[in-house]
Amino acid sequence: MRLIRIGAGLPLLLAAVASFFLFPEYLSLLNTLFILAIFALAYDLLQGHAGVVSLGHAVFFGMGAYTAAVLAAHGVTEPVVGLLAALLLSGLLALLLTRIVVVGNDLTRLLVTLGIGFLMLEAANQARWLTGGADGMSDFTMGPVLGLFRFDFAGETAFWYSLAALVLVYAFLWRLTTSPFGLALRGIRENVRRMPAIGAPVRRHLATAYTISGGIAGLAGALLAQTSNFASLDMLGFERSAEVMMMATLGGTGSIPGVVLGAVGFSYLKDALSAMSPKYWHLGIGLVLMLSVFVLRGGIAGGVSALLRRLRGRG
Amino acid sequence: MTPAIETEGLTLRYGHFTAVGDVSLRVEAGARHALIGPNGAGKTSLVHALTGNVPATAGRIRVAGQDVTALSQAERVRRGLARTFQINQLFRGLTVMENVSLAILERERKTRQFWRSFAADRAVAEEAREHLAFAHLEELADRPVRSLPYGSQRLVEIAIALATRPRVLVLDEPAAGVPAAQSESIFERINALPRDLTLLFVEHDMGLVFRFAERITVLVGGRIMTEGTPAEIQADERVREVYLGRRGHHGAA
Repeated sequence: MRLIRIGAGLPLLLAAVASFFLFPEYLSLLNTLFILAIFALAYDLLQGHAGVVSLGHAVFFGMGAYTAAVLAAHGVTEPVVGLLAALLLSGLLALLLTRIVVVGNDLTRLLVTLGIGFLMLEAANQARWLTGGADGMSDFTMGPVLGLFRFDFAGETAFWYSLAALVLVYAFLWRLTTSPFGLALRGIRENVRRMPAIGAPVRRHLATAYTISGGIAGLAGALLAQTSNFASLDMLGFERSAEVMMMATLGGTGSIPGVVLGAVGFSYLKDALSAMSPKYWHLGIGLVLMLSVFVLRGGIAGGVSALLRRLRGRG
Repeated sequence: MTPAIETEGLTLRYGHFTAVGDVSLRVEAGARHALIGPNGAGKTSLVHALTGNVPATAGRIRVAGQDVTALSQAERVRRGLARTFQINQLFRGLTVMENVSLAILERERKTRQFWRSFAADRAVAEEAREHLAFAHLEELADRPVRSLPYGSQRLVEIAIALATRPRVLVLDEPAAGVPAAQSESIFERINALPRDLTLLFVEHDMGLVFRFAERITVLVGGRIMTEGTPAEIQADERVREVYLGRRGHHGAA
């Protein structure tokens, strides 16, 4: 367990860098994978570490995407500024929502977050003057990153831009989950009833986690809007919320490298399965999800650590 | 001297059922005070109401003279009132060390930190080791709690509570569910706790109660029936009748 947690970041980074040279045709696809990995990491801070589920996390992803797009459309075209604004606004939205999300149990949380998702989708749909409604927003142009790196047609700048963001988010979350705050979140996951009996402010911890998670999800959304030059309603729709849950589950909820692999694996599967059968690809995804829960027990990360334990047991 | 715990007409009702009725209890500072009574007497309910696990319906609770009735469970812990649970409430997927460290970090309000490793906090690790040493858990420090034998898990219950640095510790059947030989060693550890720590404990085994308690309160039907020294309680006919007379029945429970 420990071995993967510390050791997996570097090989993953090397693989990401190598993919730039190995698959120059697929840079924009790789860019999308990095963004989804950030989104999945943000979500899994809640599900995997604090043990709190959400079925409306795309709300924050969408909030970030629209923040970046609206800012760019109004002349703030420097991407990093847009990214920070998206992080702050999505975090703020999450903070405002904590009061109704943090109370209750998993079932009420699922329903409440699902409800918030539908409300936000409809709100974004109605606010045509701001969001472009169902047509989405594409009439904006991003400036060069930090005034230096212009987004190019091949997607080279986007690739490095998103990868840099992923590395920062990865490192930040790795530090956070091994910190005292991270331990408190795991305490909530393991036994929320005991926490008040050791004097823990459970709601405060959850509110903090929810705010950070929402902020980072917004950052991922902003990256997608900026690098694809498009923001649309599907970025905050239910399907995206459900998919991020599947990515975390497939990769191994609670494991940072596992969740990154889950995001990549899920996207690959979705692509490959829908190429195989455009009509029945959900069937394949369903089977893989069940395999990762019942056979691998803990997704990709769970499978790998079980394998490592076995190898070590033999050696 | 100000009592460690003082309740005044403490009442806990669930609908029409009165689990705790008008309990006025006084636990002196540094006491070894036992709470006994037949099954369903409301002992655990009283512990819940005292510690804030369940809000009391009526009455007042003071800890070291300070009114804590309106405070949440977490706030009462911060004022020195800690408890253990009759049924283990542990962080099962975390190691023994992490279980105890978490309680220390919460007490020190260090759980707001997210920029440094908790394992690298020397002061916390050192204190955690002390609690583990006291509970004879040092060798199990790095094992996940769920992999421990039940008796050791009961000791983790106590170690976590100690890590909150309580002035008053309420132990709800600390040896529940463990074989007699082990409950002996659990009580030996409880007896070794510093004298300035006030102990209020619920226990079924009368042998243990009479050996370790200096003061005993008998609860029947949610109300205090009587209170006294072990000798007085042992000699009390009514206690004999409602409680000791049916001991075989409780031994099986």
